[in-house]
Amino acid sequence: MTMTVNIGMAELKALNHPGILITLGLGSCVGVALYDRKTKVIGLAHIMLPSSANVKKIDNEAKFADTAIVKLLNDMYKLGASKENIVAKLAGGAQMFTLNNNSDIIRIGERNIQAAKEKLAELGIDVVAEDTGGNFGRTIEFYSDDGSLKIKRLGYGIKII
Amino acid sequence: MDKIDFNKLSSYQLDVLKEVGNIGAGNAATALSKLLKKKITMCVPNVRIMEFKEVSYMLENAEKPVIGVLIQIVGDFSGYILIILEYETVGLFLNNLAESTSIRFDSPGEEFEFSEMELSALKEVGNILAASYLSALSDLTGLRACTTVPSIAIDMAGSILSFPAIEMGKFCSNVMYIEAGFYEGTNRIKGDFILIPALEAFEVLLKVLGASES
Repeated sequence: MTMTVNIGMAELKALNHPGILITLGLGSCVGVALYDRKTKVIGLAHIMLPSSANVKKIDNEAKFADTAIVKLLNDMYKLGASKENIVAKLAGGAQMFTLNNNSDIIRIGERNIQAAKEKLAELGIDVVAEDTGGNFGRTIEFYSDDGSLKIKRLGYGIKII
Repeated sequence: MDKIDFNKLSSYQLDVLKEVGNIGAGNAATALSKLLKKKITMCVPNVRIMEFKEVSYMLENAEKPVIGVLIQIVGDFSGYILIILEYETVGLFLNNLAESTSIRFDSPGEEFEFSEMELSALKEVGNILAASYLSALSDLTGLRACTTVPSIAIDMAGSILSFPAIEMGKFCSNVMYIEAGFYEGTNRIKGDFILIPALEAFEVLLKVLGASES
């Protein structure tokens, strides 16, 4: 039976095939979707912040791009996935509000995407598709069948990457 | 460890924050009454503390279209105020302020276009609500701060709410917000205020209010 799990902010989950991982209303956060092409194990992290570097004690790894990706991979390995078969897709990282100053918080979406890409590159995982940036929210659905990532926006159609 | 865990605030500290919300919402109701030339009453605000994973669902449906007005606060006390107005209830503002008759609020996903005039009216409502709230905070604490030009976003509740979650996520292990409701006759205007203090501002706030831990 297909298992469907909803991922909230600062949460992550790995699932065996057949499974669907969903996150609703992704804004400046970034959804990192990992797919093992062989075992069809999938994983999704809803990341809020780019880096855990200045945080003394991390009580939730899923909050930060660097720690979330490592934790998600480990959870996927436990389900039989292996690194050489894993590819990544990214969605989110929007800028929801425009203020006069170009402060870091306003650009947080962009920084989240960049941090996720850097961490994935460091680990040798290819980003095969992305739907990032812009100024709109996204709902994403990730399918273990074929590793497709369905993206929905308010008032626009559906996009599959 | 995160610097602030709202679950660890004492009931006294929470009461103080609730009182700020109370006075702020009272001021906002008065300001709205003047703006709309209608009697607006408020209900007692509710202070809620949530885990990050719950944030997207705070308005029940994470994909529900909402209007977010973000105002930056600068001064002795810095941070942001995010006001979230629910789609179904903005008609009251627009009918009064922008004489809009053409907006459809019944079919989310199909009609999201507001005219410049309507967007401007909604920003102004946000501005007034934020300024009222801030003035309550200033009166109570003696801290002085002012607001900057608002920014507006119309999108899924979850995506708008990612802003306060991320900003508070930098130093908090959870999120606090104040839910306020206003009434015009029997029409309920649902609005949520989220005060997003910078870390220093939060410490200053609790200290000035005599509610700091030490």
